Amino acid sequence: MKPNVIIIKEQDNVAVALEDIPEGGTVTLLDGNEFIARESIPYSHKVALVDIQQGMVVLKYGEAIGYALGDIKKGAWVHTHNLTIEGITV
Amino acid sequence: MKRDTIQGYKRPDGSVGIRNHVAIIPTVACANGVADMIGREVKGTVPLLHGHGCGRALEIGMHTSALAGMGKNPNVSGVIVIGLGCETISVEAIASEIAQTGKPVETFVIQNEGGSRKTAAKGIRSARKMVENAAGMKRMECPLESITIGLECGGSDAFSGITANPAVGVVSDWLVDAGGTVILTENTEMIGTSHILSRRAKTPEVAQRIVQIVEAAEKRTKDILGPLASYVIAPGNMDGGMSSIQEKSLGCICKAGSRPINEVVEYGRNPKGKGLVILDGPGYDMESMAGLGAAGCQLIIFTTGRGTPCGFPIIPVIKLSSTSRLFFAMEDDMDVNAGSVLEGVSLEHIAEEIIDLSIDVMNGRKSKAEVNRQGGILCLYATTPAF
Repeated sequence: MKPNVIIIKEQDNVAVALEDIPEGGTVTLLDGNEFIARESIPYSHKVALVDIQQGMVVLKYGEAIGYALGDIKKGAWVHTHNLTIEGITV
Repeated sequence: MKRDTIQGYKRPDGSVGIRNHVAIIPTVACANGVADMIGREVKGTVPLLHGHGCGRALEIGMHTSALAGMGKNPNVSGVIVIGLGCETISVEAIASEIAQTGKPVETFVIQNEGGSRKTAAKGIRSARKMVENAAGMKRMECPLESITIGLECGGSDAFSGITANPAVGVVSDWLVDAGGTVILTENTEMIGTSHILSRRAKTPEVAQRIVQIVEAAEKRTKDILGPLASYVIAPGNMDGGMSSIQEKSLGCICKAGSRPINEVVEYGRNPKGKGLVILDGPGYDMESMAGLGAAGCQLIIFTTGRGTPCGFPIIPVIKLSSTSRLFFAMEDDMDVNAGSVLEGVSLEHIAEEIIDLSIDVMNGRKSKAEVNRQGGILCLYATTPAF
């Protein structure tokens, strides 16, 4: 299947959706790997590529964009509801 | 296509314009009406209407140099300054600074001329002469190194930092390597990335200055927004999938490519040298572009994810869409579709497309914002309330 997410840097633990992915839909990576979206991922939003434990760094561009507010499961939508930037700079 | 030279207008001070506008600059918002009358009457003039010039203390110097900077901008061939007479920013302060470039400057003060209509009548006569004079100027072959490109992003989405901004980064490296100047600004969009930017500073002093201006932007954001500072992102950006300022910032600074940062320039001022420069300015697009105009940029490259039609009165603005979806939704406003990166086109290929179009626009082709007359008004940055 055609990839529907993009990973910017290989060390990132989130990917960006290239289309609206419904809950239960398939997330397809460029390398062909697939997993299930645990909730709907809007177009241009982030999906967790691995389980991210509470307090762990969320990486995009190979840099920290925030910390997980709670445990984030692989396939979950990652946005302001479960990501904090407390403790980084602002 | 020939890429080391462009066809531009040589100014008396050696700078090179890619447009040949006669600017009508009101010193103060109270003179906007007269400037507008002249602008409507004389084709070829650009009235730079704005909301400042009086009622503030801290910004006098910055606004004076910013308004003078518009007149000094190489895209301007001649300037008419319209004053009211009792405003804080004087006609003389602006006119004398512009006159140092050797281009024609004339001044009219409403309270001295006997009111708005008489002032406009005199301004119109002068403007006609300046436009006639400008019409006689010919484009000549000029070196690319005389070009300064300003970088801007507005209404970003999660793809701005993946498609359009990295492609602009390739263009920035190209112009810097060719001896030209590239200006990155929007301090608020650098928050959280000063450690990355300062690593690229040419000297320890520049590194320190980068950290200072980004910290100041962070403090100001906190002071203004309190707990909401963490999410100092326009709602449109959040809808676009950005979760934090760092995330957006990383996507923003990649517009500046990878070359060393030579200096940090104050808002309203010109860079001293060439190469990659950071302008100390706000994140609000319109005020940010005014800083780029005052700094002498002849061209602005503007990336957008959510879509914005904005241009700038005296500077062609080239719009890059971060997605094909946006490009086709707002095709009348978008110049280049960087979203094709998501369909497998390389960043380098998009960069080539941007460079080709930039050179065409430098040589006279109108950008879509120019075709659509999206110049709008001049929005100057201010940090204190009016009294």
